[in-house]
Amino acid sequence: MFDALQAFLSTYLFDWLAILITLVIQAVVVVLPMMLVVAWLTYAERKVIGYMQVRMGPNRVGPIGLLQPIADALKLMTKEVIFPDQANKFLFIIAPVLALAPAVVAWAVIPFGDGLVVSDVNAGVLFVLAASSIVVFGVIIAGWASNSKYAFLGAMRGAAQKISYEIAMGFALVTVLMIAGTMNLTEIVNGQKGGIYHWYLLPLLPMFFVYFIAGLAETNRTPFDVVEGEAEIVAGFHVDYSGMTFGVFMLAEYLMMILISFMTAIMFLGGWLSPFEGIPYLEAAFAWVPQLGWLAFKVSFLLFVFLWLRATFPRYRYDQLMRLGWKVLIPVTIVWVFVVGAMKYFDFGPWFN
Amino acid sequence: MTFELFIFYLLASIAVISGVMMISVNNAVKATMWLVLAFIATAGVWIMAQAEFLGLVLILVYVGAVMVLFLFVVMMVDINISAMKEGFTQYLPIGAMAAIAIFAMMYMVLGTEHFGLEVTGVPAGLPEGINNTKSIAIPLYTTHAYAFVLAAVLLLLGIVAAIALTLRRRPTGEVLYQDIDKQVQTLAEDRFRMVKMDSVVEKQVPVKDEGEK
Amino acid sequence: MGRFLRHQIKTWGLTELFKGMALTGKYLFKRKITVRYPEEKTPMSPRFRGHHALRRYENGEERCIACKLCEAVCPANAITIESEEREDGTRRTTQYDIDMFKCIYCGFCEEACPVDAVVETRVFEYEFHERGPHIMTKDKLLAFGDKHEDQIAADRAVDAKYR
Repeated sequence: MFDALQAFLSTYLFDWLAILITLVIQAVVVVLPMMLVVAWLTYAERKVIGYMQVRMGPNRVGPIGLLQPIADALKLMTKEVIFPDQANKFLFIIAPVLALAPAVVAWAVIPFGDGLVVSDVNAGVLFVLAASSIVVFGVIIAGWASNSKYAFLGAMRGAAQKISYEIAMGFALVTVLMIAGTMNLTEIVNGQKGGIYHWYLLPLLPMFFVYFIAGLAETNRTPFDVVEGEAEIVAGFHVDYSGMTFGVFMLAEYLMMILISFMTAIMFLGGWLSPFEGIPYLEAAFAWVPQLGWLAFKVSFLLFVFLWLRATFPRYRYDQLMRLGWKVLIPVTIVWVFVVGAMKYFDFGPWFN
Repeated sequence: MTFELFIFYLLASIAVISGVMMISVNNAVKATMWLVLAFIATAGVWIMAQAEFLGLVLILVYVGAVMVLFLFVVMMVDINISAMKEGFTQYLPIGAMAAIAIFAMMYMVLGTEHFGLEVTGVPAGLPEGINNTKSIAIPLYTTHAYAFVLAAVLLLLGIVAAIALTLRRRPTGEVLYQDIDKQVQTLAEDRFRMVKMDSVVEKQVPVKDEGEK
Repeated sequence: MGRFLRHQIKTWGLTELFKGMALTGKYLFKRKITVRYPEEKTPMSPRFRGHHALRRYENGEERCIACKLCEAVCPANAITIESEEREDGTRRTTQYDIDMFKCIYCGFCEEACPVDAVVETRVFEYEFHERGPHIMTKDKLLAFGDKHEDQIAADRAVDAKYR
């Protein structure tokens, strides 16, 4: 579709301009729906956590509060952006952008269906990992530029936490790559074809948990949100941010959440594959569900787990968090790398062929 | 100008400008950010040269880990900029001479007569379907396996050395440590004992009338 | 050994994680206890301490005799009273101001009043958008009392036997 558009445009314009315009349109097509998902994810979060706390959650704006995200967005956009005295103004403004940009960039390689991807990169997994590793700069620069000790403490915590959990996350991905034999996300999903027991969830069950927990820590979500720590450091790195600069941080956080959910679904839960593959009647009964539908279903379940965990667990203490990352998750992943190696050597199960 | 050429010049100019800014900016944190930008632009150039694995690893390792730790240190350093500027003019000639010397040496090695498409020949573009990652991995784990393992051992040695240098073990009497493993293993029955008792009603004590005060 | 195994199962089986999530998962489907405020309201005690009012006797005579007990007892110094002799020789207030910004709604004024003149009513839905109207003058308080007299009298009657 986009090739046709590009060919059409290049008959009128310079070639490079045509490519540029096509790329921009592609980016908008992917990013815009994601922004909408982010908006209603904030609504879902408030609703789910409210329900788990026997409350209603937002229910005033629109029917059952469905227009709440729009109201929130309008509020944030019309609020004044305050610059703290003696803050480094340039870095202060650039920080939210630094947080958001990598979270957006990573969507370039995420496949939404077989062949439904902006750029089918060979090293897709590495691309996502690289992009998510840059997000931390937003937090650090925000903390430093605000010229506030609370923000600074939050930034320090964030930097240490993200680097620690990135290792566990990377190792968990290594096991996936060992089974799949490729770093291309589309091929990873296609490698899981053939029924629910072909998914990498079964041989990599501990890695699934490790990846998801490390993902929680990467996105600073609740059991690991020491970066924000309302009780001790008021709101961490974004104390001094207001209006849309704050909104952009929130946008980045939720976008990362969705990204982690997508990656988990693609690498462990068979991406867009139907869970009823190979089961006689159910497969036919659910044949009408599109690929994107299954992927969306899996991703929304994982996002629900994100919110569920937030409603359930209190925040980790900082030393416990570091202990979990370094002394539990990383050893577990290293052990499992060897287990997967052994499984591959003995051609164990239906996953290696 | 093709689109690829356009992107190449864009990334290359970003890399050069951010490299210059990195050494000319006073603020250490800003300098680090410029260096990050230079890394990212360089990674982009590498990816354009079909070395996507190297490019992404550059971002992952240098930008995502090394520069974060670098920022970590730089942010906490309190640098007096005016004091740093003091000897600038005094050392300028020496600095300029060193810069020219380095540039001359690099030019001698990397100059147009030694380094360029005419000398090295146009590299054959990778055919479709060749996995760049795999083509790095195969020599790395076969012909250069010993060197690879050696490098890994060296890195491990570095980690151990760094930890051994900075670890300050103080006697437990002086500092109280929490043993989280032990804390986690505690069971309810270690901490309290359920006692079964008959319920006893205390005898009512009559309130003593203290009379008028 | 049993203890060791139990700990390992608890740790690697993530039992505590699932237990916690089961609990919150159960509450997801519980009936919600939210009171949707403007449409639904919680039941209110007759002793509720809201907006102040000055009461009158049935014959229309104001109750307040300017004894200034409420002014003395007020912990926030919210009440200001000036008094004078009226033509008929009784002592009456010429000024009775309550600063609603200072008031902490403790109800001491109501308890101190020997003639049940100053009372706190059930009304709590009022607001001030600027300085000035927040000073409740004698006229305003009397008018407020006249408006809500039925409710005030009913509440006092319910509570009378405990006083």
